[in-house]
Amino acid sequence: MNREYYGKLIFEHSRKGRGGYRLPSNGCTPSIDELPAMLLRGDAPELPEVDEPTVVRHYNNMSTNNFGVDTGFYPLGSCTMKYNPKINEEIAADPVIASLHPYQPVATVQGVLELYYTLQQMLSEIGGMSEFTLNPYAGAHGELTGLMIIRAYHAGRGDDKRVKVIVPDSAHGTNPASAAVAGLKVVEVKSREDGTVDVDDLRPLLDDTVAAVMMTNPNTLGIFERNIPEIATLVHDAGALLYYDGANLNPLVGVSRPGDMGFDVMHINLHKTFSTPHGGGGPGAGPVGVRKGLEHLLPNPRVVKRTDGTLDIEYSGDALGQVTGTLGNFAVAMRALSYILSLGAGGLKMVGRLATLNANYVKEALRDAYLLPVDGVCKHEFVFDGLADKSTGVTTLNVAKRLLDHGYHAPTIYFPLLFHESLMIEPTETESKETLDDFIRVMHDIAREAAESPELVKSAPHNTPVRHPDDTAAALHPVVTYKELSDNAQE
Amino acid sequence: MLHRYLPHTPEDIAAMLDKCGMKSLDELYSDVPEELLLKRDYDLPDEMSEKEVRDFFRSLADNNRRLTCFAGAGYYDHYTPAVVKSVLQRSEFLTAYTPYQPEISQGTLQYIFEYQSMMASLTGLDVSNASMYDGATATAEAMLMTVAASRKRNRVLISDTVLPQVKAVIATYARYHGVRLDLIPECYGATSRQHLDEMLAEGDVAGVIVASPNRFGILEDFSGVADAVHGAKALLVMNSPASALGAIKSPGEWGADIAAGDAQSLGMPLNFGGPYLGYLCAVKSLMRKMPGRIVGATVDDSGKRVFVLTLQAREQHIRREKATSNICSNQGLMALFVSVYLSLLGAKGLKEVNRLGYAGAHYLAERLAATGKMELTYPGTSYLNEFVMTTVDKVDDIMAASVAAGILPGVKLGDHEIMIAVTEMQSRADLDRYVEVISSLSGDVKDN
Repeated sequence: MNREYYGKLIFEHSRKGRGGYRLPSNGCTPSIDELPAMLLRGDAPELPEVDEPTVVRHYNNMSTNNFGVDTGFYPLGSCTMKYNPKINEEIAADPVIASLHPYQPVATVQGVLELYYTLQQMLSEIGGMSEFTLNPYAGAHGELTGLMIIRAYHAGRGDDKRVKVIVPDSAHGTNPASAAVAGLKVVEVKSREDGTVDVDDLRPLLDDTVAAVMMTNPNTLGIFERNIPEIATLVHDAGALLYYDGANLNPLVGVSRPGDMGFDVMHINLHKTFSTPHGGGGPGAGPVGVRKGLEHLLPNPRVVKRTDGTLDIEYSGDALGQVTGTLGNFAVAMRALSYILSLGAGGLKMVGRLATLNANYVKEALRDAYLLPVDGVCKHEFVFDGLADKSTGVTTLNVAKRLLDHGYHAPTIYFPLLFHESLMIEPTETESKETLDDFIRVMHDIAREAAESPELVKSAPHNTPVRHPDDTAAALHPVVTYKELSDNAQE
Repeated sequence: MLHRYLPHTPEDIAAMLDKCGMKSLDELYSDVPEELLLKRDYDLPDEMSEKEVRDFFRSLADNNRRLTCFAGAGYYDHYTPAVVKSVLQRSEFLTAYTPYQPEISQGTLQYIFEYQSMMASLTGLDVSNASMYDGATATAEAMLMTVAASRKRNRVLISDTVLPQVKAVIATYARYHGVRLDLIPECYGATSRQHLDEMLAEGDVAGVIVASPNRFGILEDFSGVADAVHGAKALLVMNSPASALGAIKSPGEWGADIAAGDAQSLGMPLNFGGPYLGYLCAVKSLMRKMPGRIVGATVDDSGKRVFVLTLQAREQHIRREKATSNICSNQGLMALFVSVYLSLLGAKGLKEVNRLGYAGAHYLAERLAATGKMELTYPGTSYLNEFVMTTVDKVDDIMAASVAAGILPGVKLGDHEIMIAVTEMQSRADLDRYVEVISSLSGDVKDN
């Protein structure tokens, strides 16, 4: 990563009379000016005028101020920043697939439907579910879809009393938000000290107004919810369904399946567990799986296999409805399929185990210097409650920013909300022992710095391209377009 | 070697287990109830070499027909400049997470800021968020915004001329969120003004959703619509394919409060459905009601102009169940796609894309009509690059004959109705070949 700040905007390279395109001519004479003027734009949009070499150099320079998994270690808890294989990118860029229109006759797209169907089947095997849809565009979108399936399930039984979702207080913020968008009320269930759901607290909440209980397992502290069989029984006895937030699936790959734990509906984040790149925020994919008996509720459109072996796209009246314009982020799904095939059953068996090994190794190596609030074996991630020595005044935020100076991305900070100084570390299975050892050394160095020269840590970062951006000013006087920037400059 | 993606040697594993006080990897799962452990390998194929993976996809990719594409209905075959593909493969962009750490994420933050600037200008509105999943979900979020902004009202009107997939997704979101969604009937391919006025007069309307070009490719005349909607204290949402906004009157110019739609038409590969990008722009007064990420400019402690995620108090990770949206990402890399694409084309290039589409579409419509096998379904209406034809032959027969000739002739709207789109991708020869295929069809009797 370049530690010099680039900072220019493409608009600032614009000069009248430049351009970066040449379009073919079709030689047809009808002119757009034949349209009534009142249907046409008055002013042209304010877009830059830039030549091709300048565009290329601009974005390449800009990219050097960014930190990706290909740049270095990215121990961002709950985000599963594993290596994104390069072959996946080649697969996703296939020119034939790139050319296919989503509404092409199914006879002309049997190949891609086969790929789609194959991944559906593989995710069902991995999740222990009956069937998957690949339509949802992201994890949060998968949650929303899953909750809609659950509402459709209850509605289908003529049960309209179930308006609540029970969510642990340690849950990802998307869980309650997805429930609200799906028209459900959120009830929080308290976690015990180790972050696991307290079955005694849960039991009285389970009445005939509860549609579902949403859980992630392992939970956001990286602890396996060992009472899950009992919880599943309680939830089902109360007539509710159990939803699996797949954000933390990685440590269970090859080890244990949500379907076998009693979950009825689940989503998987392909951009976490199945190695598709995060792309600075997206595009991801959040396929949703259901257990036997709920398949008919999966959203439209669906890819189905006919008895003659041909594949078809189906719109069903039983489905919950449609949550996407198309069959989802197809090119993202293809990357995930490429990853599964590259690893195979044998490779996948090691994914969860090594992710868990890496997390426990880092935890054990750092627990002398950082406060470990929940002891015991963790899964893919664990949470420190800041530095062990609280006398220095050095916060989790300071530690995170100091890590940037050392060439590491920061862990997830101040989440989960169970502790004041949460520092959530997820190394993933694609990091080597040497990388982890170096990270451990740096974390120890920072702890030592915090004791010996706390100001150095508190004023971090020191050698990043930009330092201490003023968030308060940004929110107080929002400037969100180049037009606002240049208007302000003229004032 | 364990696997090419897994760096662990047996010695590493032994040393690391030792540090954890364990003897075997299985001990890491000693807390998992025995009956939940999978005691077999997944029923999946064995590990493949990179060549085998490539061959697997190659063989299935070949089992698809690459056709000269005249299909649209919201998703269009436009040219993707090589520069866009090249920039998107910069791994600093590709393999980064959401820019939570602005000190080492200025690349992502800057291109999102550029994206927001470009989309706000293209839609003629003040602000844009950092992008949404697709046009359908973006418009559904716009619907939720109108309800949230109105506080007490819970009824949204949507024109029947909005694309079917957009209507379907909005209907789903509305049903589960408890929003009453009423369909404004269509009249000769456009939103019925009379019905709109009547439905507004019934009251309780939070938002009105219309589209242009609409699901028939028709450019609707929205004169007076914004005034009528605002007169009823509702918000106007307009849905358009982003590329068309380079030529047609923008949502802002029509007086819309929110613009939402798909940006796939800005050169994104069709990719059998995605990834695409949904845009969501609004007047400034609605900025704090917008879902999703927003990037803002600020300064750092040395006074440099820098960029950060801002107004995060709106978002799900802060507001949890009180958030008006559950969105916790954006379409990141596809926002970069838009920034690079629009940087290359600029306003002039985008206008030219529309000129070529218009010229080709109107040429093709005229030539197809001249065959006597088709006629415009809505003659006299204005359209940009997409139009509906009523056909003598069954659309299924047209589809079969065209596909045999390597042409995807359009999207079927009915047994004798087909919607046809033209972009800069089809040459004059492609257009003429399409006409030939239609001319050569045998059917000359309209059967029902």
